[in-house]
Amino acid sequence: MDHCKGCSGSKVDKEIEKITKKYKGVDGGIISALHEVQDLYGYIPESVQKYLSSNLDISMSEIYGIITFYSRFSLMPKGKYNVQVCMGTACYVKGAEAVLKEFKEKLKINEGEVTSDGKFSIEAVRCIGACGLAPAIVVNSDVYGKVAPDKVDEIISKYANE
Amino acid sequence: MEKKMINLTIDSRKIAVEEGSTILDAARKINIDIPTLCFLKEINEVGACRMCIVEVEGARGYVASCVYPVTEGMVVKTNTYDLIETKRTILQLLLSNHEKNCLTCVRSTNCELQNLAKKFNVDSLPYEGAMTEKVLDTDSACISRNTAKCVLCKRCVNVCRKVQGVSAIDTVNRGFKSKIGVAFNMSISKSTCVGCGQCIVHCPVAALQEKDYTREVKRALSDPNVHVVIQTAPSVRASIGEEFGMEIGTLATGKMVAGLRKLGFDKIFDTDLAADVTIMEEGTEFLERLNNGGKLPMITSCSSGWITFAEKFYPNLLENLSTTKSPMEIMAVLIKKYYAEKMGIDPKNIFSVALMPCSAKKAEAIRPELKMDGMQLVDQVITTREMARLLKEANIDIATLEDDEFDSPLGEATGAGHIFGTTGGVMEAALRTISELATNKPLENIEFNVVRGVEGIKEAKINLGDKELWIAVAQGLKNVSKVMDEIEDGTSKYSFIEVMTCPGGCIMGGGQPIKTSYERAKVDVRGLRAKALYKADKDAKYRSSHKNPEVQKIYEEFLGAPNSHRAHELMHTKYHKQDVYVSDNKK
Repeated sequence: MDHCKGCSGSKVDKEIEKITKKYKGVDGGIISALHEVQDLYGYIPESVQKYLSSNLDISMSEIYGIITFYSRFSLMPKGKYNVQVCMGTACYVKGAEAVLKEFKEKLKINEGEVTSDGKFSIEAVRCIGACGLAPAIVVNSDVYGKVAPDKVDEIISKYANE
Repeated sequence: MEKKMINLTIDSRKIAVEEGSTILDAARKINIDIPTLCFLKEINEVGACRMCIVEVEGARGYVASCVYPVTEGMVVKTNTYDLIETKRTILQLLLSNHEKNCLTCVRSTNCELQNLAKKFNVDSLPYEGAMTEKVLDTDSACISRNTAKCVLCKRCVNVCRKVQGVSAIDTVNRGFKSKIGVAFNMSISKSTCVGCGQCIVHCPVAALQEKDYTREVKRALSDPNVHVVIQTAPSVRASIGEEFGMEIGTLATGKMVAGLRKLGFDKIFDTDLAADVTIMEEGTEFLERLNNGGKLPMITSCSSGWITFAEKFYPNLLENLSTTKSPMEIMAVLIKKYYAEKMGIDPKNIFSVALMPCSAKKAEAIRPELKMDGMQLVDQVITTREMARLLKEANIDIATLEDDEFDSPLGEATGAGHIFGTTGGVMEAALRTISELATNKPLENIEFNVVRGVEGIKEAKINLGDKELWIAVAQGLKNVSKVMDEIEDGTSKYSFIEVMTCPGGCIMGGGQPIKTSYERAKVDVRGLRAKALYKADKDAKYRSSHKNPEVQKIYEEFLGAPNSHRAHELMHTKYHKQDVYVSDNKK
């Protein structure tokens, strides 16, 4: 039975076809498939969700439920520079919320969103294990410690012109 | 092989149960009542709500009895003071994130959460605070959803997935933001939902309910210039009594008609007569397909949830569906074309109401291809539950009324029409007629026991004249999809298939009186309601559709022969593939 027979526009890349083939008939394979798609694109596009639903015998709502349950999966593409603000206990206590707010205001986007030029996205993440540097943020693979709201501008401008 | 027996003690009573049983199974065997909320036997066994927790000697913390397997020598207590206190706290926490407008809630007095709050003397609400964001989804023609009343028991999710195979809804998000939703947070109307309403009848609260159209019906009834006509589906007579304190399985045909008359309907007609017409059309259509190499297997087309299911999941099989309209739509044509002409009433002045056991029929009524001369033929579909509400607010208790009778000329039905409301009934009705039409010989026994009963898929080999063929009866869309997959694979051996959307057929439809999980566990609701319809069949003057004198007259005066050009124009329809999950910005 095809759970997405009535879905349109689910043309996908060769890679997605390969991933789908790999997990067809595998119990719980959907999670592994979503991991690979996430790695490939940085998010799970709607067309891919529909393709997986059609081919892996799993409904759209179930897939959507899985994606929205795990913070690892994302429904939206990430920016060229993904700003992860640590909201773990130590960072939170040291003022991570104000840092997050400053990033949102400066970039004019919310968590999970991307700036219109595709350059930046913001994520609030759980403990990144850098509690000694609290409050900490990560931009792609660059870690910044003891970040105060007044340092946000400086960090953004470092990437804005690259 | 006999299963190993496990000995345990529950509340100081010793019991032996089969290995693999849960504590709840064991307790219910000896009539120890453990309260449950999310639990639904075989459908939702997830241990989510924690209302069924019990104390097990030696176990760490309390365990959920609905999922905890018994072990040898286990000692269980179900009713300690601490357990009662804990359960009261669980209820208070559930209520802290619940829209508590019980006074104006449609499920008040028939709500499993309310019942439990009462049972556990929840006399205060100490945990007021933030609430999960409320989603009100009213775009569907069949179902409205209010997440603020949801207790996240997941019964709806698992009925939709495991029983219907539709899987339109699931839990989205995580933790406090969790809610039951649809992919991309769309309305359920854009999902694979077929409108069957099994989620509604399995919801313990009022997070899901039918789209209520009682106001529109009242407006028509109160307008003296409108001729208000109602038709009643086969299965409603077997269930509506329950809403008025009658026992489950009471056949309340006469009392229902009396109630409708009191409520002010100008004419009360029987959809069962239209079911007889359906058999004439569908039966003839089948014989034509069989004898002239038409598309087989032919699949019945009465059940609107099934039609939507086929259009969304099996668009390649639409040619297999009988083109015959559903009994509701056939009756609607008869009302606005045949009856109106006969009585000299302008069809535009007729307000045609259909009393159905079904939420999906609400979507069927507004299908554009069923309009005639720009006119919608069924103006409003209301469910058994909505009708009970209308009757109650008008202070009409049908249980106290003298039996009344349907009106002529669309009120006489056969036993074949009556059994349309239960799984196997349409097939049995069809077999009674096509066997006699194909052979020109009267049947020795018109009861086809092979198609009766509870199995999800029933099959039988039958003889039709010199032909031998396989027929099947499928109920519950998950079972139906197995039969459909076989047709798509080319491995199906059947010639004729009856499909009913809901498990058990219309008697268990999404518009029927809601039974709590306790009642469902204790009483065979399906069996009792079905029995009522088989009794109506036994008591009927005529038991085969082609013997119905009113139907014969309708063909003489109005339709000509079954499957004639005119019958085709009026009583047949077409089906279309339906797209799902189409976002607004793309179309």
